[in-house]
Amino acid sequence: MKSFTPFNRRGLLGLAACLTALVLTGCGPSNDSSSSSAGGESKPSAKALTVGFAQVGAEGAWRTAETESIKAEAAKRGVNLKFSDAQSKQENEIKAIRSFIAQGVDAIILAPIVETGWEPVLKEAKQAKIPVVLVDRGIKVDDDSLYATLIASDFVAEGKMAADWLIKKTDGKATIIELQGTPGAAPAIDRKKGFEEGIKDHPDMKIVASQSGDFRRSGGKQVMEALLKVHPEVTAVYSHNDDMALGAIQALEEAGKKPGTDVIVVSVDGVQDAFKALVAGNMNCTVECNPLLGPMAFDAVEKAVKGETLPKKTIVHDRVFDVSNAAAELPNRKY
Amino acid sequence: MSDSEKKIRGWFGGGRLLWPVLSLAALLLFNLIFAPSFFHFEIKDGHLYGTLVDILNQGSKVMLLSLGMTLVIASGGVDLSVGSLMAVAAATGALLVTKTSLPFGIVVPACLALCGLFGAFNGLMVTALRIQPIIATLILMVTGRGIAMLLTGGQVITFERASYVYVGNGHLFGLPFTTTIVLVTLVATLWITRRTAVGLFLEATGDNETASRFCGVPTARIKVLVYAFSGVCAGIAGLIASSNIKAADANRVGEMMELDAIFAVVVGGTALTGGRFTLVGSMIGALLIQTLTTTMYNLGMPPAIAPVPKAIVIVAACLLQSAKFRDALRGLLPRRATT
Repeated sequence: MKSFTPFNRRGLLGLAACLTALVLTGCGPSNDSSSSSAGGESKPSAKALTVGFAQVGAEGAWRTAETESIKAEAAKRGVNLKFSDAQSKQENEIKAIRSFIAQGVDAIILAPIVETGWEPVLKEAKQAKIPVVLVDRGIKVDDDSLYATLIASDFVAEGKMAADWLIKKTDGKATIIELQGTPGAAPAIDRKKGFEEGIKDHPDMKIVASQSGDFRRSGGKQVMEALLKVHPEVTAVYSHNDDMALGAIQALEEAGKKPGTDVIVVSVDGVQDAFKALVAGNMNCTVECNPLLGPMAFDAVEKAVKGETLPKKTIVHDRVFDVSNAAAELPNRKY
Repeated sequence: MSDSEKKIRGWFGGGRLLWPVLSLAALLLFNLIFAPSFFHFEIKDGHLYGTLVDILNQGSKVMLLSLGMTLVIASGGVDLSVGSLMAVAAATGALLVTKTSLPFGIVVPACLALCGLFGAFNGLMVTALRIQPIIATLILMVTGRGIAMLLTGGQVITFERASYVYVGNGHLFGLPFTTTIVLVTLVATLWITRRTAVGLFLEATGDNETASRFCGVPTARIKVLVYAFSGVCAGIAGLIASSNIKAADANRVGEMMELDAIFAVVVGGTALTGGRFTLVGSMIGALLIQTLTTTMYNLGMPPAIAPVPKAIVIVAACLLQSAKFRDALRGLLPRRATT
C-alpha cells in the first residue's frame, strides 16, 4: 500500500488556494456551514481552535495511546477537541465528519478505518474549507487535495528495520516463520513487503512458512503451535505485531523451546507487554510503531489552518528496541 | 439396505452421524497423505504433543459453544451472543484474578453465573417478549462485547494466576485439560437431555411449540433454560480462550465464533428448523472446523486464499448432509445390484 498518488502539484496548489481563501475571507463563497469555521475574525490563530477528531474506536493499547496523545496535546494547546469514537465502523466515521462540518470546526483529524470510500465526505469538508489531517493510516483517493497531510509510520520501513536487525543478529542465516497480520490490512501487506525486501540479498535468510495470526495473541499462538510441528527446525520468528509475537512465545515455550535463545523473536509495534518480554529475554527485538501522534497532528492542523502547504506525508520517526535499550525505555512506555 | 449397512447406520445414531464422521475422516485421510507430520505424536513433559492434540485443545472452545448452540437450535432458536459472552467471561475472569484476591474456585462460578444470567435474559426476550431469537440474541451480541470492553477499558488484561492459566494450558491424563472440560460438559449434557425428560420436551418444543404447550410442556421454561445453558457454555469457552493466552482481549476474544458454533451444529446433523438434535454430531462438526483450520496452516496455504478451500470443504460437508443431494448423486452412479 502507501500507493498514495504521487505529489500532485495542481492539487496542492488548489488546496493552498482554498486555504488562503479561507484565511483571507473567513468564509466560503456559498457555504453557510463554513462561516463559523475560522471565524469572522481575520486571525484564526488568535482564538482557540475547534478540531474534530474521528477515531476508529477502542482496539487495544496502541489505539488508546494514540487517542490519549491527541486528547492530551489538544488540552495542552488549548484546542477545543470534539472526539468521536466510530466503534470500528466506517459509516460512523463518515457521520462524525459530517457532524463536524455542520458544527463548523476549524479542522478535522481522521484516523481512517479503511482505505477507500472517503471521497464524498472529504469533498464536503473541502467545500466547507475545513482541512483534514489523516493520522496513522492512509486512504486511496484520486484527488489528493482532499486531505492536507497524512501523519503515519512507514510500515514498509518497519518491516525492513526488523529484517536488518535479524540479519545482523543471525549473521544472515535464519530459518524464519512469519506471522502475518489480517490479510489485506495495510500494516500486514507493508510489513511483509518491507521484510522481504530487507532479506532479499541474503539467500540464507529463508521464510519457511508465512501464515496469518490475524494480529491476535490467540492467533499467533495457534498458528505457531501448528507451524512448529511442520517446521521444528525454525530459528527465528518475525511477527507483524507484538500481540501475535507474545502468543507465539507461549507456543514456543510449550513446545519446549526457549524463545529469545533457541528461536529469535522479532516483532513490530513496541507495546508495553513486548518491552516486558524483551526485558525478560523472551523477545529479542521490536520495531516501534509510535502511536503518540498528538504533537505532530496539531502542528499540522495549525499549519493547515493558517493556509501553509504541507507535504502529503509526514513520516513518524520509529525506533528499534532490543535487549540493549528496552530496560531503559520500559518505564516510559505508556501503552 | 443390507443388514450390515443398517448396523453401521445404527452405530452412527441412525445415519445422522455418518456423514459428519465421513467428512472428518476424509479430511484426516487427506492430511495423512499430504502432511504426514499431522499424525506425529511424542511425549513432552509427561503429556502428548502433536497436531491432533492441538486440534483437540484449540477446538475445545467451539465444541463447548456448539453444545449450548445445539440445544438452542433444537428449541427452534439461535444464539448469536455466544462470542460476545465469551468476551464477558474473559473480561470478568481476568479482572477478578488481577484486581481481587478471590480464590479461583469462586471466580469461575461467578463468571459462569454472570454468563448464565445473560443467557437467561436472551431466553426471556425470546419467550416473554416474543422477540425473534436472531434479533434478541443480536442485541446481546452487540452489547455483550460493549460490556466486556467497558469492564476492561478497551485494554488487554494479562494475568499470571496459576490456577487460571491451568484451565487452558494445563494437562490431565496426558491430554490438555480442556479435553476433560469438554468431555465432562458433554457427558453431563447428554445425561440431562437423554436420561431426563428435558431432552424430550426440548425436541417437542422445537418441533411444534404450540402443540407442545397444549400438551403441557413448559415450553417457555425450557427455552429460557437452553439459552441460559448456552450462556454458561460460552462462559466456559471464554475462560478457556483467555486462559490459553494468559490475557483477556475483550475486543477480539470469541470474535465470529458464534458462526463457527452454528456451522458445527448444522454440519453435525442438527437441522436449523429445530426438533431432533445430536450433541455428538456437533462435537464432530466442531472438530471438523478446527481440523480444517490446522490443515490450512500445515499446507502453508497463503492466508489470503485459505478461506476458499475452507469454503469448498464446508459446502461439501453441507451438501453431504442433504439427503436430496445424496440421492441426486446416487442417480449419477451406475446402479449396483442390491443384495
